[in-house]
Amino acid sequence: MMRKILVALALAGFAWAFLPLVFEAGVIGEPGQLASSYLENSPKDFAAANVVTAIVVSYRGFDTLGEVAVLFAATAGVGSLLTKKRLGIAGEKIPMQNATEVLRTATRLLTGLLIMFGAYIFMHGHLTPGGGFQGGVVIATAVLLSLLSSPESHVAHGLMTAVESLSGASYVGLGLLGAFLAWGFLDPRALPLGRIGALLSAGAIPFIYSAIGLKVGAELSGILEALKGDRE
Amino acid sequence: MIVDLAIAALGLFMAGAGIGAIKTKSILVSIILSGGVSLAASVVFLLMGAPDVAMTEAAIGSALTTVVFLYALARSRQADSETSDMPIDNPAKDSTIPPVDSSLGQTETGAAS
Amino acid sequence: MNIAQFIGSINPVAASGAILALIGLWGVLTRPNLFKIAVAFSIMETGVNLLILSVGYIRGRTAPILDSAADAAAAVQKMTDPVPQALVLTAIVIGLAVTALMLSYAVRLRAAGGASSIESYGDEKW
Repeated sequence: MMRKILVALALAGFAWAFLPLVFEAGVIGEPGQLASSYLENSPKDFAAANVVTAIVVSYRGFDTLGEVAVLFAATAGVGSLLTKKRLGIAGEKIPMQNATEVLRTATRLLTGLLIMFGAYIFMHGHLTPGGGFQGGVVIATAVLLSLLSSPESHVAHGLMTAVESLSGASYVGLGLLGAFLAWGFLDPRALPLGRIGALLSAGAIPFIYSAIGLKVGAELSGILEALKGDRE
Repeated sequence: MIVDLAIAALGLFMAGAGIGAIKTKSILVSIILSGGVSLAASVVFLLMGAPDVAMTEAAIGSALTTVVFLYALARSRQADSETSDMPIDNPAKDSTIPPVDSSLGQTETGAAS
Repeated sequence: MNIAQFIGSINPVAASGAILALIGLWGVLTRPNLFKIAVAFSIMETGVNLLILSVGYIRGRTAPILDSAADAAAAVQKMTDPVPQALVLTAIVIGLAVTALMLSYAVRLRAAGGASSIESYGDEKW
């Protein structure tokens, strides 16, 4: 009984805290001063058509570096918690079900298309909605399909580790290139800005987002494989 | 006006699905309903003029989170009901589909199993 | 202020986000099963992301993607606020990472022979 009263009090307190937001938020007429300056200066400074990409990669680049670090820490945690030895299934071989015919055929047709689509999304992150994280998730979905359709096969560990480490290192390397050749760490003006709307424009932004996309894809594939129970 | 009505309708669906996900006794139903909440949220993000966020929420919240939940449920040998503690022996063994034979391997000659 | 004005001044996105966050919080506080708690956390994260994004929502405007450098000057009048979108993008990815870690702890607890109800871990309090 006491517990129900405390739960009700906690919910009432949070509801009272959310109440001004429900009535006031979104009724403002204009974006604030910071957002207006981002919207105006993004084509002039970086020649990026997608303003959210310009904010995530360059104006707020440190937040993205922190996010990639958090994702890496979570993947390392999941991978070390769910090894075969710790799950207690080291010697025992779990019999798994066959994948059905529909799943196997669809995987053979779709895997190449999914990887190509994911690469398209993160390469065009500065032109269309999308970017590194979305493209990485689509690539992880392709790996998930191949894990589901052939439960006896294993993901190539060496390839995943090499992709993840090299793309993480190249992300920091491109940031340092910006520090030496341009105005600061993760400044994409180290490479030449092109014409806005072209594929090779916006300086180093497509390369940075490609590195992020590959790293996120490799990490999420690692999480899925650890949860499947295949990790030594 | 239409956009506001659509967002309100989706909000009602999300609230109903959220309450259903918490109150049901079966864990599988609550996982599927939370995937439905994420899907409706991604449509709301699109209606608000944020296509990047809508793509991310649809791919991560609706697809990958549901798959991670299902893998964790199977790996922990948990039975489907909320109050049971017994580890069921092997979720894959209690069905009529025969387990994978390691001699099948790569010989995909189109013969159905 | 009559009832029509009252309903017109509610932001529908912020209202649904706040309701989802409260539903998720209620689920975390009242349900003892480990997997139910993880599902409720995921619902709460979705609600809070909706709430953050609703701050930048301006009725009748479009996505912040420019077509060419020519209409950049007029673009500020026609676009929604891009800063909350960048924040929510980060928050969604981190939410997935935290959910995966939470679930792997639940799997390890079960594999070590523990129960799946949080009430039975009471003697591990400090």
